[in-house]
Amino acid sequence: MAEVRLEGVTKRFGATVAVADLTLPVGDGEFVVLLGPTGAGKSTTLRLVAGLERADAGRVLIGGRDVTRAPPVERDVAFVFQQFALYPHLSVYDNLAFPLRAPARRTPADVVDRKVREVAALLRIESKLANRATQLSGGQMQRVAIGRALVRSPAVYLMDEPLSSLDAKLRAELRLELQRIQRDLGATILYVTHDQTEAMTMATRIGVMDRGRLVQLGTPRQIYEDPDDTYVATRLGQPAINLLPARLFEGTPMPRGTATVGARTEHLRITRATKGHAAGRVRWIEHLGDQNHLHIDVGAHKIVTLAEPDAGIDVGDPVDLALVGALWFDAAGARIRAGA
Amino acid sequence: MPAAGLSTAHSIVEPTPLARRIAGTIVIAYAVLALIPLVWIGLTSIKSPPDSISYPPKVLPWVDFEPTIEGYCNLFTTRSRQTPEYIASLPPADDRCEALARGKGMVVVGPSNYVPRFVNSVVIAFGSTVLAVVLGTLAAYGFSRFRVPLKDDLLFFILSTRMMPPIAVAIPIFLMYRELGLSDTRLGMILLYTSVNVSLAVWLLKGFIDEIPREYEEAAMIDGYTRLQAFVKVVLPQATTGIAATAIFCLIFAWNEYAFAVLLTSGSAQTAPPFIPIIIGEGGQDWPAVAAGTTLFLLPILAFTILLRKQLLRGITFGAVRK
Repeated sequence: MAEVRLEGVTKRFGATVAVADLTLPVGDGEFVVLLGPTGAGKSTTLRLVAGLERADAGRVLIGGRDVTRAPPVERDVAFVFQQFALYPHLSVYDNLAFPLRAPARRTPADVVDRKVREVAALLRIESKLANRATQLSGGQMQRVAIGRALVRSPAVYLMDEPLSSLDAKLRAELRLELQRIQRDLGATILYVTHDQTEAMTMATRIGVMDRGRLVQLGTPRQIYEDPDDTYVATRLGQPAINLLPARLFEGTPMPRGTATVGARTEHLRITRATKGHAAGRVRWIEHLGDQNHLHIDVGAHKIVTLAEPDAGIDVGDPVDLALVGALWFDAAGARIRAGA
Repeated sequence: MPAAGLSTAHSIVEPTPLARRIAGTIVIAYAVLALIPLVWIGLTSIKSPPDSISYPPKVLPWVDFEPTIEGYCNLFTTRSRQTPEYIASLPPADDRCEALARGKGMVVVGPSNYVPRFVNSVVIAFGSTVLAVVLGTLAAYGFSRFRVPLKDDLLFFILSTRMMPPIAVAIPIFLMYRELGLSDTRLGMILLYTSVNVSLAVWLLKGFIDEIPREYEEAAMIDGYTRLQAFVKVVLPQATTGIAATAIFCLIFAWNEYAFAVLLTSGSAQTAPPFIPIIIGEGGQDWPAVAAGTTLFLLPILAFTILLRKQLLRGITFGAVRK
């Protein structure tokens, strides 16, 4: 395992800047998740580290060695692709053995066999070793794809939305499995996703990306509780943070210059309005079982928040809102930190 | 399409039984029509020369005419007429062809040129096919995976070489080959057929290779393989269908090509197509021998096509439906 550093890396495709002046340190044994919507440059960043793309500017270092111009084979990375990329003409066993049999590695046959069986046991696909790669279910294919990365002990594991094509149950299972593997192996992992649950649960640190830039890098708690701007704030939280104009909360003390109030569900106290005047009205309730999603109209604005099913609030009820601590943002969307 | 037995519901995209029957009838009718010349060639090859040109034609063996291997004997041998006294003085004939020849007042004096011509056809057709497919695969891979300057123009240029009938350049090629000493050589014919086929091979194979996701090679390259090793280990095995289909198209062209073969070969490199029609017997064209030569000439391509018919079908319909 090794640390990975990107220093001022820029990558353009024609006129499009996919990655702009990106500096990202990934510590040895760290699990860094890059989070962002489609087109934010997450996958390109991963491909730059792997050597599948070559940076137009900046440096890529793996284990302290400058590999900016090195071909993939010399970088000692393992890559898990979103679309699995299992070799359809090979069996599961041969797929897993493929990286070990590479001419660049020349692993003795008995070591190959031992490694393949170890990894197959780890991912619980021993019974499928003789199958053709195309005769597996989606979850099994994905586990083989991850297994193909695990048979080696590379400097860094690069994973590009490896769980996105799985159903919810399998995703949850593999999420735990990946965390366990990462802990057991002390692996350095750079992981790309647009799924906030994956980012929150697995990451040591999350890097939030937007249009090729790294907007904020921090622990999941920091990103969730202490976002630098509205963009980062909207990345995490279920339901998403409510961004409301400050004038809706006249009377609530807030820092000077606040234009937007970011209210997560835990920042909002919803009570049934008892007086004649009410701040908003419940438009819709989504029942999730253990919780309800309340959709509340506040003037022309809509708020989505959680409520206990036994809160006694119904559709059409007038409600009052109170803020209990919230995130303040200026007109440009930048965070105004309390006390600053 | 639902698997048989799973559903009896009728899908609107599936043909009705009536439509199926009509389509089946048309296909069978076409197959019969297309097979008549082949059957006729086969029948002619087992007729005697008079039977082969009799009118009205004799159709059914053992009913209309007595089958004979004379055509095949005449195809493989050269014979000369001898006096009855000389033939009578010979020891008894040791094979059927010799016996047949003596019955007509002739003796077999040696093998004909059919076998060497056939061998030329095999060497030239397979040689050019291998060359065209190898070059085509490499070029198609390059066009598919790399940023080639003027890629579209180059691809169009390659395709444009197929837009005129090849024979339109017969005279320049004839003159060029004479200057280069390539006339009537196997190498010359291999190069010629390769150059005609390689454009088809590039286009067909590019379609197949485009369908193979690049992630496979990227995965292999990260896993410790060079691009060439990834190409051999990952791309080639997945392109076998396309390569087989392309090979058969190239082979059929090179095997059947007649015009250039007539023009450029006459002796040592002559292929079977120009040789077969000029087999002369006593008193003119020896039709049974010609038919025998044609029948044997059809067999390799028939075998090859049957062996690879799945790939061939996919080769014809590739790109039409994606799985």
